[in-house]
Order: sequence, then C-alpha cells, then structure tokens
Amino acid sequence: MNASSLSFRGASVTAVIVVALTAVLAIGSLLPASSPIQISPFVITLAGKYLAYAMLALAVDLVWGFAGILTLGHAAFFALGGYAMGMYLVREIGARGVYGNADLPDFMVFLSWKSLPWYWWGSDHLPVALILMLVVPAALAALFGWLAFRSRVSGVYLSIITQALTYALMLAFFQNGFGFGGNNGLTDFKDILGFDLHSPYTRAGMLFLSALILAGALLASRYLVGGRFGRLLIAVRDAESRTRFLGYRPEQVKLLVWVFSAMIAAIGGALYVIQVGIINPGEFAPANSIEAVIWVAVGGRGTLSGAVLGAVLVNLGKTLFTAWLPEMWLYGLGALFMATTLFLPQGLMGLRQRFTPVRPSEVTPEVTDPEGGTA
Amino acid sequence: MSTDTLLDLSHVSVTFDGFRAINDLSLSLMPGEMRAIVGPNGAGKTTMMDIITGKTRPDTGVVRFHDHDLTKLDEPAIARLGIGRKFQKPTVFEALTVRDNLLLSLKGLRSPFALLFARKTNEEADRIENLLRTIRLGSSADDLAGGLSHGQKQWLEIGMLLGQEPDLLLVDEPVAGMTDAETMETADLLREINQTRSVVVVEHDMEFVRALNVKVTVLHEGSVLAEGTLDQVSNDPRVIEVYLGR
Repeated sequence: MNASSLSFRGASVTAVIVVALTAVLAIGSLLPASSPIQISPFVITLAGKYLAYAMLALAVDLVWGFAGILTLGHAAFFALGGYAMGMYLVREIGARGVYGNADLPDFMVFLSWKSLPWYWWGSDHLPVALILMLVVPAALAALFGWLAFRSRVSGVYLSIITQALTYALMLAFFQNGFGFGGNNGLTDFKDILGFDLHSPYTRAGMLFLSALILAGALLASRYLVGGRFGRLLIAVRDAESRTRFLGYRPEQVKLLVWVFSAMIAAIGGALYVIQVGIINPGEFAPANSIEAVIWVAVGGRGTLSGAVLGAVLVNLGKTLFTAWLPEMWLYGLGALFMATTLFLPQGLMGLRQRFTPVRPSEVTPEVTDPEGGTA
Repeated sequence: MSTDTLLDLSHVSVTFDGFRAINDLSLSLMPGEMRAIVGPNGAGKTTMMDIITGKTRPDTGVVRFHDHDLTKLDEPAIARLGIGRKFQKPTVFEALTVRDNLLLSLKGLRSPFALLFARKTNEEADRIENLLRTIRLGSSADDLAGGLSHGQKQWLEIGMLLGQEPDLLLVDEPVAGMTDAETMETADLLREINQTRSVVVVEHDMEFVRALNVKVTVLHEGSVLAEGTLDQVSNDPRVIEVYLGR
C-alpha cells in the first residue's frame, strides 16, 4: 500500500472541504420546513455520526498508516471518550429522569444504589468530563503501549492483544455493577450546558463544531507526520531495528503517536455520543474496530485524507445498504474490503495518483513488511 | 589489557541453544585503527557485531568501549556512545528520500518530543550536502531511497553511518553484490573514512581485504585463530586448513 511521505499533503484541503460541506448542511437544516432544500434532522444526525467515525478513522490511520501498528481495538478509546461525555450528559438530565432523582442517574436508582460511586465524582461539570474524556483513554493507551512496545510486541500479536483489550472492556461495561448502565449504556440525554440537544440549532451547531474539530485533528495530524518526527515514524514503520542502531528508541516514537491517536479517537467518541444520543457497551465490540480499519483501507492508508473519505463513504454506503438489504451489509462490507485489497491496494486516494502523471522522483515504493525491521 | 584501546573484548562467550557462537573471544582495537575480520561461515563474525552493538548480550566476558561496559547497555545507548553499524543487507528507509535518510542519521536530536518541533538548521543542511558529496549521491538527493541501486543503497547506509559521527564504524560485508569497480571505490571510501574514525570491516572478498591493506583477524568457531597482515595470515597453516578443509 502506498504511504509515501508525500501523500498526506492534501490533508489541509480535506479539512477545508469538510468544514465547507458541513456548513452547507448545518445552514440547510435551519431553513424553514417549507423550503425545498431544507435538510432533515435525520441527515444532520447521520452527518454528525460520520464525522465522529472519521475521527476514529484518522486515529487508526495515524498508527496503522504511519507507524505500522495494525490496531484492531481502537474503538475502545472511541467508546471510553464516549462514556466520559455520556456521564456528563446523564448527570445533566438531573430530576427530569424517569425516577425524578436529581442526584442519581435512572439506572442507579433502578439498581437501588444509594449514592454515586466515587468515579462519577465531578461528572456533572463539563470541564471535568472533557478532561476525563482525554485523560482516561490517553492513560490506558500509555500503559498498554508502554508494556507492548517496550517488550517489542508487534505485528499480528499486537493486533490480537488490541482486540483482547477492547473485548475485555466490552465485558466489563456490560456488567451492571460496573456503574455505567450495563447493557443499556447511557442515554435519554436532554441538554448540554443548558442547550436543548433536540433543538435544530443545537444540532446544527454541534455538527459544525464536529467539522471544526475534525479539521483541527487533520491539521494536527498533518503536522505530526509532516516534520522530522513523521520521517522517523515512517523509518520506524519500515525498518524499526535500523532506527535503534541510529540511537533512536522506537518504543518512545510509537508510544507518542499511539497516545495521540487514542485521544483523537476519544474526541470522536464524545462527539458521537452528543449527536447520536446513546453510548452502550456494543461500541467496544471488536467488529467496530475492524470496520474502522476497513474504512482506512478503502480510503487509502497513510494519507490522512483517505481515512476521512473512507469513513464517510463506507458509512454512507452502510446507511443506504442497510435500508435496502439489511442482512446483506456484512457481505457487502467484506466484498468491499476484498475488492479494495485486490484492485485498489492504495485505496481511493491511490486513484488520484493513478490518474495524475507522476515524475519518476515521486514514485513511491510499497510499504515494506512491518515485521521486517524487528526480525 | 592496555588502557588506551578504543574497543576491547575480553573472554567473551555466547551460546545459542547449546551452540557456542562465540567462544572465549578476545580482541582489541586501537583508536584510529582499521581492522578486517575474515573467517568462514559460522565463525561468529556477525554475532561479534551483535554483541558490540548490544543486539546480543554475551553470557560471559567484558566488552569495553572507551570507559563504558557495553554489555550493560542497549542498542540506542551504544549507538549514542559513538558506535555505528552497517548491516550485511543494506538497510535504508526506502519510503524516505536520500536526503531524509541522512537527516535522520545526523548526530544530535534523538528524543521524539524534540523531533516534533525540530526545524532543519543551516548547519544540518551543510552536513547533509557534505555527506551527499562523500557518498557520491548528490544527484539522487531527492529520490526515494527505495529506488536506488544495490550499490547506491550500500553507500547511502555508509553515509548514514558517517552522519552519526561515530568514533567506531562496524561494517558488515560492504561489497557483497557489488561490481569490481564499485568494490574498489568502496575500499577507497573506507580508507578515507578511516582517516578520522576507527573501522571494523567484516568481509569475505579477499581482493577487497587486500585493497584495504590493514591488519587482519581470522575468526574460527567463535574465537581468534590468527592475526596479522593478510600475507601473514594467509600463509598460516591453521588458516589454510580451516579455509581449504581438513
């Protein structure tokens, strides 16, 4: 697959396109219902979901495309970010819940809990929720990455333990006693900072905010991979042991991008929960993480823009396909992945390169086997 | 054991699954020296390099470089002390340009955080231009390293080694797969490098070793069999026996 140091240059253009298209949708949703070009609230929710998924895809591309870490558990960070935001949104319901308890969320009343567990402390304040949203996934990623990279676990073994990580979290969050709503998760949100989550203005504003955050994440990622650190990242991806003999510590390089990526995924999860209105343990399902990898493969690995493009297009396809032939979607997704691998190994972003004349000096070699450097 | 040696291996042994790859090996290198290491396959040449660079930890013995005990350090720490290594198979960063390969090799910044905010200084740009001239790759500076010929990759890797500004270079079979002309140019290049740095070269190619014209150490079954000029060792009956069969 193509992942030259040049192919992510379009990230800033993608950021502008994302913001512009989203602005059109957001404004369109605020037109009166009588207007023929009014955008329905349903479309706004979908667009918000796609942008949140694009954040997850961007996070996967950073570690898979640029550091050669095939993560099959990134939805764990996405879901943790989502739960942190969900906790705040649940507390915002206050006494408007089914049981009318101003101090305890409905599911805790239902479980006959008398007081909030300690780890819900401060969750009624948005700043605390925002800090938790970033710090918890980052800390988990740091611990996991430090252990894995220091022991030089890589390749398929690393992929398998990322799956185990997200699966273990899913099982934990399914427990009622774990304190996050069990299999129902967190839902029935009413407002955020006093703004009604069901108002078209709040929804349009949240969608536009999502686009701005995604654009910011794209630019930050481009900065990360575009400079000398990015060169080193590609060097570590392709020939890890060589970088060691140059005096670098590849485990530190991987850890840095891994934690950054986990935080991007977590922000995506928080934006998802606000706009979709529910978070439950299903978000930790291993299949979700694998889907995210497919989005990136379809869009084009190691290109940043491709991750966003892949996430939006595949999910748009999923929305249309599941409305038409719901049982067939997984077959469709599998076929898409196979077709991409066979006919478009560089993803959709590779098409652009295929149809533009390339100077010999820009011909990019295949990504070498990530295992090669660690043998 | 003299104290003015640059590198000193004494009584080093390492065993892999019962196989003694290095057996009570002792070897010293003076500052500024170039040494050729020869020996049949399995003599322990590459394992010796692995031990010096921290890739393999010896079971017993001491490896000293300046005043440091290398057996207690890992690869990046040893590389930062000033030991550079060129592998048998040329290993360059194929998806990066020749220039970027050299940039990453330059002695200096090694912390990932510092690299995040690093900008190329004029001094670094000059050092890269000098290296490009030394390794004769000026015209390919902005090409991806993956597109270079085998011989050019070997030179690029030597250039990256020089960028590290090491006191000691370990060079593993630098002329494997090179044409005769490239082989002789490489011998010239190594002699040029040796004017400022110590070099250990492992090589099978006897023409090349002759062209280097330096002290030769013959390894056999993990220890030193003979040491001296190429003529001395190639007339040594034990060396002849090892090379020509018993």
